[in-house]
Amino acid sequence: MTDRLDGNAIAGTLYAVFGKEMTTATGVCASCGTSSRLAELAVYLPGAGTVARCRHCDNILMVLVEIRGITCVDVTGFSVLDHDEPHSTSRND
Amino acid sequence: MERTALRRRLNWQVATVIKLVEETPRIRTITLDLPDRHRHTAGQHVDVRLTAEDGYQAQHSYSIASAPEDDHLVLTVERLERGEVSPHLIDELRAADKLELRGPVGGYFAWHDSLGGPLLLVADGSGIVPFRSMLRHHLAAMSTVPIRLLYAARSFDDVIYRDELLRIAAHDGVDISITLTQEQPRGWRGHRRRVDQALLEEVGWSPDERPLVYVCGPTGFVETTASALVALGHDPSLIRTERFGGP
Repeated sequence: MTDRLDGNAIAGTLYAVFGKEMTTATGVCASCGTSSRLAELAVYLPGAGTVARCRHCDNILMVLVEIRGITCVDVTGFSVLDHDEPHSTSRND
Repeated sequence: MERTALRRRLNWQVATVIKLVEETPRIRTITLDLPDRHRHTAGQHVDVRLTAEDGYQAQHSYSIASAPEDDHLVLTVERLERGEVSPHLIDELRAADKLELRGPVGGYFAWHDSLGGPLLLVADGSGIVPFRSMLRHHLAAMSTVPIRLLYAARSFDDVIYRDELLRIAAHDGVDISITLTQEQPRGWRGHRRRVDQALLEEVGWSPDERPLVYVCGPTGFVETTASALVALGHDPSLIRTERFGGP
């Protein structure tokens, strides 16, 4: 059974793909409307890629697959994906 | 190309192992020398990648155990039974070996003195690793932020960084509580059960203090603990979690 992790586990991959810190970014689930930090998503690393699911409704929010050195990203599970500025590790939520 | 502090390319680089320390038979602390070291924030981690002779690559994240102010980057790694990276790091890695590494990364599970507090840190097992970084930073920065750490381990032998934690706990403003969940030495006067709502209430800050809370360890532990903290009245937006997988 694949371990359930969280978005922290893919911080490096997300940074490489988006070019900036993404664990503090906020995503809204297109299926149930739940908003969460990417660090808080349920993340699975089944070996052939990465799947991030909504913690509330289990909807697949993001899939990342690496093929021959190129990472393909599908973020269509989000209705909104807000990139925080990398400097804001502040707690003014 | 100018290297800016805010945005930089996150490249794989080759680190050299300087020192290895066995914390327990399954946990090892690795001191590394990096050609291009970027100052991290306490709580962040690095990705380590291994490439087999046939080209197969495996990668895993490891929390940084050293403070940003420390001379070298230090990782503490636990050997996972089904791990693809940790068995090599625990069983085979030797001083002077090379390791491919990327980071530091992770802006969410990070703390620095200017974020304030008070701080509540709750760890199970190797979840203590990022908190060592935070505690060392706290010391180096001469921070006045009050800290309470609750550290759960199976037995006394499983408590890592023991001497260091004792030294740190001697400082005013830092309280460390240890709970041994399965086995306790004779005469043990500390806590002796799993982290639950009652224990969190006893050793943690009141929700009225609005502490910044960090919880780290196996997935089940983190989720149970986070729920218990919310049930106690802590603001969920002040609780940050890092799951290491497993039960």
